[in-house]
Amino acid sequence: MSMQLEDPRIVEFDVRTDEMLVNMGPQHPSTHGVLRLLLRTDGEVVHEVTPHIGYLHRCAEKIGENLAPPQWIPYTDRMDYLAAMNMNLGLALTVEKLIGMEVPEKAMTLRVIIAELNRIASHLVGMGAYGLDLGSFSPFLYAFREREIILDLFEEACGARLTYSYLTIGGATHDLPGTIQIPPGLAALTRRSMNTRLTWLEALSLFLDWLEPRILEYHTLLTENQIFIKRTAGIGILSPEMAVSHGCTGPVLRGSGIDHDLRRDGERIYTRMYDGYDYNVVVAPFSNAPPEVVVGDNWCRFYVRMIEVVESIKLVRQAIERYPKAEGTHRVPYKMNTKLPVGDAYLETECPRGQMGFYIVGNGDAQPLRARAKSSSFCNLSVTSELCRGCLIADIPAIVGSLDIVMGEIDR
Amino acid sequence: MQAAEIHQRLVEQFGDRITGANLEALDPWVEVAPAAIAEVCTYLRDTPGLQFDTLNDLCAVDYFDADPKKAAKLGDTRLEVVYHLYSYPQKHSLTLKVRLPRWQNDRPGELPEIPTVSGVWVIADWHEREAYDLMGIQFLGHPNLRRILCPEDWVGHPLRKDYEFPLEYHGIRGR
Repeated sequence: MSMQLEDPRIVEFDVRTDEMLVNMGPQHPSTHGVLRLLLRTDGEVVHEVTPHIGYLHRCAEKIGENLAPPQWIPYTDRMDYLAAMNMNLGLALTVEKLIGMEVPEKAMTLRVIIAELNRIASHLVGMGAYGLDLGSFSPFLYAFREREIILDLFEEACGARLTYSYLTIGGATHDLPGTIQIPPGLAALTRRSMNTRLTWLEALSLFLDWLEPRILEYHTLLTENQIFIKRTAGIGILSPEMAVSHGCTGPVLRGSGIDHDLRRDGERIYTRMYDGYDYNVVVAPFSNAPPEVVVGDNWCRFYVRMIEVVESIKLVRQAIERYPKAEGTHRVPYKMNTKLPVGDAYLETECPRGQMGFYIVGNGDAQPLRARAKSSSFCNLSVTSELCRGCLIADIPAIVGSLDIVMGEIDR
Repeated sequence: MQAAEIHQRLVEQFGDRITGANLEALDPWVEVAPAAIAEVCTYLRDTPGLQFDTLNDLCAVDYFDADPKKAAKLGDTRLEVVYHLYSYPQKHSLTLKVRLPRWQNDRPGELPEIPTVSGVWVIADWHEREAYDLMGIQFLGHPNLRRILCPEDWVGHPLRKDYEFPLEYHGIRGR
């Protein structure tokens, strides 16, 4: 077709930049593990993001079908490895629901201490790693300094530092330790002798007293930092409708302004652990937020986690007071060959990353017919392609980081 | 709202397409005919007073055992798709179950079919891809039914009870 152009310069207006496919991951450091994102980009603008997952898949559910539930507990450690205690607790409570087991008060108080302490450790990593994603290195070092002490305390309690298998069906494998030597990190930070001996609960109180004022320092480092606000406020806005339809849970859901926390709104078998405790559910919007912040953006999701650390400190303090007076033992025995009743039980618990669900179908054997783990990060990750549509490439680590995913849990 | 009341409303609305229920179970469940599942879910989401606005979980269970003695305890040989629904405004939950044959028309290799609910809750998109990948269920009308956890060229559906572990995958020995 021959067409006479009146003005030859008009051709220049017809030129478009080429779309390019960019592969981000699976080894990109800011994808928090082995997540591969396939970006369709036009210059710096991202038109489409397709997450590819499954690099860590080991079919933990199939493994669970061939094991008695207590034997499957170590596999739950390796799902969300940053909050292994909460994973253990989720499975333990589901099996207790299925077989109708009552856990004594002492075990419940122990579980509150341990689960909330692991929530603090997990949110500290979330905070530190998020700073790292946005190019700020120092918060990461501070976060790991604090987390180290929690890991030392867990090591005293159960011997492991990452994959604990501590909370188990019926309670916990051991009681909390009595007198211990002060964790080296804590001794250095509180200027005490390395040979100081004190009880585990005293060491924990000492640590919490030290940690609480540090939260304000993190706020000056990150939350109120202008560069941080520019990178997070108003970016990756997740509307409440979208959050609900995508099955988002935990800080991602509360960052979008939906007031839902299973510790308060969950099933009785779970919420009774938290009876009588004084704490708040952290929900956006925040009155002290910078003016650029929009409900549901990266900043809100980050801030929910920061305040949840403060709330968890409150919970642990109250549990420490209750623990010496609590009745019963730390564990009700569960025999490995206990036959699971015919029937099924599904239970979700509030883990640091959202609502982790376990579904156990029993058929009269010690091994379940079906052991299902519903991952919270899996659902939270599914919003990535919606959130990243039309954003800049540099915002992708900021958005994916704010969802705080753990691939071990997504791929199972 | 109590499960019994929800069940009552579903029976009034859908009649014999609600094929069963157990309201005394730990998680009260209602059984739905496969063809009606998308309609039932839309009704549960959109009806005032029910408002099941999120899907907590979708998974499948394989009721099958090669050992006839053990299989007798499981009842009919079947696949069950289980939906765990939750309502944020009403703070109530419900479990839906759908029975499917293990193979469509009893011809091994032909995957059983069920309508997708990914148009009702967006998250069902990924959960259904996982159920297809691991359990081998064909979700009709799904926009993008590909494997999600296993590699694209994987053979078989690992969570099936009669799944045989591959001896070799791209030169990697399985056992």
